Amino acid sequence: MTLNTFKSVLFSALFLAISFAGYATEDSDNKDDKEFNAKEMILHHVKDAHEFHIIDINDKPISIPLPIILWTDNGLTTFMSSAFHHDDSGKTIVEKNGGKFVKFHEKIYQLDTNASTVVFDEAHHPTNAHKPLDFSITRNVFMMWVSVIVLLFIFFATARRYKKSEDNVPTGIAGFIEPLVIFVRDEIGKPMIGEHKYKRYMPYLLTIFFFIWINNIFGLIPILNGANLSGNIAFTCTLAVFTFIITTFSGNKNYWKHIFWMPGVPVPMKIFLMPIEIIGMFVKPISLMIRLFANITAGHVIILALMSLIFVFKSVAIAPVSVAFSLFITVIEIIVTAIQAYIFTILSALYFGMATEEEHH
Amino acid sequence: MDLITPQFGLVFWTAITFLVLLFILRKFAWKPILGAVEEREDGIKNALASAEKARKEMENLHADNERILKEARAERETMLKEARDIKAKMIADAKDEAQAQASKMIEQAQTAIESEKKSAMAELKNHVAGLSLDIAEKVVRQELSNKDKQLELVESMLGEAKLN
Repeated sequence: MTLNTFKSVLFSALFLAISFAGYATEDSDNKDDKEFNAKEMILHHVKDAHEFHIIDINDKPISIPLPIILWTDNGLTTFMSSAFHHDDSGKTIVEKNGGKFVKFHEKIYQLDTNASTVVFDEAHHPTNAHKPLDFSITRNVFMMWVSVIVLLFIFFATARRYKKSEDNVPTGIAGFIEPLVIFVRDEIGKPMIGEHKYKRYMPYLLTIFFFIWINNIFGLIPILNGANLSGNIAFTCTLAVFTFIITTFSGNKNYWKHIFWMPGVPVPMKIFLMPIEIIGMFVKPISLMIRLFANITAGHVIILALMSLIFVFKSVAIAPVSVAFSLFITVIEIIVTAIQAYIFTILSALYFGMATEEEHH
Repeated sequence: MDLITPQFGLVFWTAITFLVLLFILRKFAWKPILGAVEEREDGIKNALASAEKARKEMENLHADNERILKEARAERETMLKEARDIKAKMIADAKDEAQAQASKMIEQAQTAIESEKKSAMAELKNHVAGLSLDIAEKVVRQELSNKDKQLELVESMLGEAKLN
């Protein structure tokens, strides 16, 4: 994939640039808080958050509060993220259920029993607090549920079309969705897994394809800024783990034989190939995880970096260039949303196909 | 760097959400959609197959018709030929029979004529005999008066009789 390589290079270059820029401005940061920090802004958008920040008007943030759910020593603790009053520096302390909580860099810390304020060391790690298990409905979880509702709405409407019609002719939304479903079946399921076994995997492949695609698209909608779900490693990791579990459990005798005792090669080669194949088993889902995460995050970073140029140069003159370039990247990103969903799905299908392939001579 | 560290909360919610989504969609969306698509594809396949079958049947039917027509034509041909033969034979037979009949009739007629002729001759002989007797009687009667005359008479009578 030339596009992928191209983007990986751009991604790394930009990240390096941003990191250097970040370090370079570190000192001046303390002097002037108002200084625009591109790295901070971009990371803030790319990473997850506990509230749905929409816009700042006159330095007053407007955001949708989201529930924070913590599993602490005293059991389940829940409160709304608005309790922190948009504070992300660990100054505001929320007391709830016998515990004191602060939010610092979008992480919730519980203060130790006798501490009254949180103290941070050089590396921004708190010295007198610990992290409780965080099950919060973050903005990524929130957007994931929105995407689920949209998906259910689309596909229930599609299914209803078929139930209503006598002759199974796709009408309305079904006419739009059916080619996509058939594409996943005929271009991904059938060729990768095989005519006889693909049916078992179709629900998974279809779900993963549309789930990734819609979340990729949601990530591009500017007003939902930062809902970068499919560019979050936790999300891609979970999906990759599902693919790994299904691959492992559908592996037949032939599949395991190819991993542990490669047929058709001399014995020393068999011994040599075994560790490589075992590593390969895990590398496959890891590559899935990183590919989707890196592609989507890279896209966001590029667009945001281009936009940041206006503020970095503090000049409106740069705006047309920024807008033109980010428009160009956005158009590419729209294609990438579908391509990455397709790649994740086709590779999953390929792994299932490898796991279920019958021995042939 | 926490950009590449998966947060437990999001992993947890993603796993639950994805599984729920997978099960709901499998039951209420993928099954009916794929089912309908497959049903329709099978329908199209069956329709095409039956169309092909019908076409083959039509072809067979057509071939049958052709064959039957050919047979019928051949039969007609033979029938006509037979009829012609029969006609010729009948004519020939009739001709032969007529010939035979005619010759037979001619033969009969000839026989009849022969017998008639014979009987006529017999009658004529009788008549001549009668006449001869008459003449003889007359001659005998005249002889009694004139011997010369008697001879003359016989002579003339015989001359007459020869003509007959």
